[in-house]
Amino acid sequence: MAEIPESLLRRSAEAKAKALGLPVEQVLAEMKGEAPPTPPPAPEPEPASAADPEAEEPTVPEEVVAAEEPESIEAGSETVVSPPEGGSTAEEGSTAEGGEGAVPAPEPEKEMVAVAAGEAPAASLPEAPAPEAPSAPNPPDASGNGSGNGSGNGRKAALVATRPVVPAAGTPEGVRTQRLLTVVKARAIQQVKTEPTDKVNTWPHLMLAEFSALLAVTGVLVILSIILQAPLLDPANFNATPNPSKAPWYFLGLQELLSYFDPQIAGVTVPTIVGLLGFMAIPYVDRNPSTKPSDRKFAIMLYTLFMAGSATLTIFGVLFRGRGFNFAYPWQDGVFFDDIKDWVHFE
Amino acid sequence: MLEKLKTRAREMNERLRGSQLAESILRPGSPFKKGYSDSPRNRSYVVMNNVLYHLHPVKVKRHGVRLSYTLCLGGLSFFLFILLTITGIFLMFYYTPTGELAYSDTAALSTSVAFGSLTRNMHRWGAHFMVLTVFLHMSRVFYHGAYKPPREFNWVVGVILLLLTLLLSFSGYLLPWDQLALWAVTVGTNMAGFVPVMGDQVKFLLLAGVEVSAATLLRFYVLHVLFFPFVIVIFMAVHFWRVRKDGGISGPL
Ligand code: HEM
Repeated sequence: MAEIPESLLRRSAEAKAKALGLPVEQVLAEMKGEAPPTPPPAPEPEPASAADPEAEEPTVPEEVVAAEEPESIEAGSETVVSPPEGGSTAEEGSTAEGGEGAVPAPEPEKEMVAVAAGEAPAASLPEAPAPEAPSAPNPPDASGNGSGNGSGNGRKAALVATRPVVPAAGTPEGVRTQRLLTVVKARAIQQVKTEPTDKVNTWPHLMLAEFSALLAVTGVLVILSIILQAPLLDPANFNATPNPSKAPWYFLGLQELLSYFDPQIAGVTVPTIVGLLGFMAIPYVDRNPSTKPSDRKFAIMLYTLFMAGSATLTIFGVLFRGRGFNFAYPWQDGVFFDDIKDWVHFE
Repeated sequence: MLEKLKTRAREMNERLRGSQLAESILRPGSPFKKGYSDSPRNRSYVVMNNVLYHLHPVKVKRHGVRLSYTLCLGGLSFFLFILLTITGIFLMFYYTPTGELAYSDTAALSTSVAFGSLTRNMHRWGAHFMVLTVFLHMSRVFYHGAYKPPREFNWVVGVILLLLTLLLSFSGYLLPWDQLALWAVTVGTNMAGFVPVMGDQVKFLLLAGVEVSAATLLRFYVLHVLFFPFVIVIFMAVHFWRVRKDGGISGPL
């Protein structure tokens, strides 16, 4: 059975002790299984849902609780289960790592959830308790395959009511009575810090979008590759320097800069210092916490200028540089860029 | 007749999907499993019970799903990387990184290898695409301010990914061993030679000599097919992991 925190055990032991008029310590020991139950020991059905969440098909692993709500947000029940943003996300914490059964499932954010335990032993059977719990905050399971059964709450009830309560004297046999066994504060053991956010299931919503994007790109690439032949010029020849010699396009902006400035400046300072370290430093230099475009006009302007500048240099290097890396009009002198010169024609 | 075939096919399908083999492969909640029904829980299972869970959380913010937010650019960069890996492996079967054979092997891809031309073209244009999508992805991240806390470090990882993407592309540029490859790489590595103080050393390390030679070809080949992919995969893993740990996609604006 999953580990129940001492404080919770104690609280329910107190309530139980009060109801039965027994000393708290004794009840507590009983609940921990350290002492035999006082009343004639009724058979002790271990609730399967608590003992082994993965054991069989109809048993719902506790993690599912977090994922079971309808897709749109619903005040109340969604609050707890929607994971916090940064830090240790509840989503990761309780649903992922919770796979080992170590982390208790977050419980619905009702102020109080009363847990009832029937007196008949049947009440503590795994399937039974959920309907009897006075409030089942989970919306009915849409799949309707019967395995859901308000698992979150059901499980909790099962935990608390594992041991059947002593039948009150004078109750005729066969009559089920209900008694308030204990009141459990339904607060998640894990602290949930963030506001609820509007979430949708990754499957199918995100994955279908990704899949379409993937198909579209593959399609475009295949068609392009059927139409356009990748360049293959003459074999490498160390003695025949082509005129002009151009770098790959993503370095052509740099090559362009090199033609203006002392290579010591353009070839090194620009790419490594500005390009790399500068870019890496952006989040640490830009201390403005806002992400609203209207609050960060300056940053946006700088970036746009930088990108537009690089693009201009690159396009210039690709199209407007001819023999000797001298200025040339592509529509007059032709395209001096082997990657595209076969399929860009200006005539 | 057709009806009968159809029923037979359906029965067969049912039996296959219910077989022990299928049961053992498909985890609970797989949409391919027998008796899968569309329900919120099963939708969660599809992700949670599968390897997919290493990439995606069960739920994502509604606005993050809209194509107009990420434009899927990060995802496409990753997908192009996968495509390039697949086509690249194909090319490796036919390519020898030596001064004598590199060029003729490349030429033979277009003439005497089935699908060789298509694969080579896809690899080459795909590489250009990837450089482009990575740049665009970076820009979309910038314009969304998505590098702001807590995502600063993932931006740094991103810049490393950009650098690795460029290095991958550049190291591949030499491999056809034609005039374009030789001289583009000569120009590119000359720029590396301008690194102050240790420029010549850097250049020597890159070229395995003072200028581009057959030794450079082998060096670029190993960098291109083994070293850079290896490193970029590690950084991508960190990148994706951080996207989730930093609280999923940023925003909405
Ligand atoms: C090989 C290159 C890269 C790959 C495969 C990649 C992949 C991804 C993916 C799949 C995402 C999820 C969101 C989306 O699709 O937009 C993402 C987010 C992100 N990427 Fe990249 N990326 C790459 C390069 C970069 C670069 C160059 C930068 C910046 C310099 C960067 C910074 C970020 C940041 C900060 C996020 C979080 C954005 C957010 O939360 O909205 N990445 N990346």
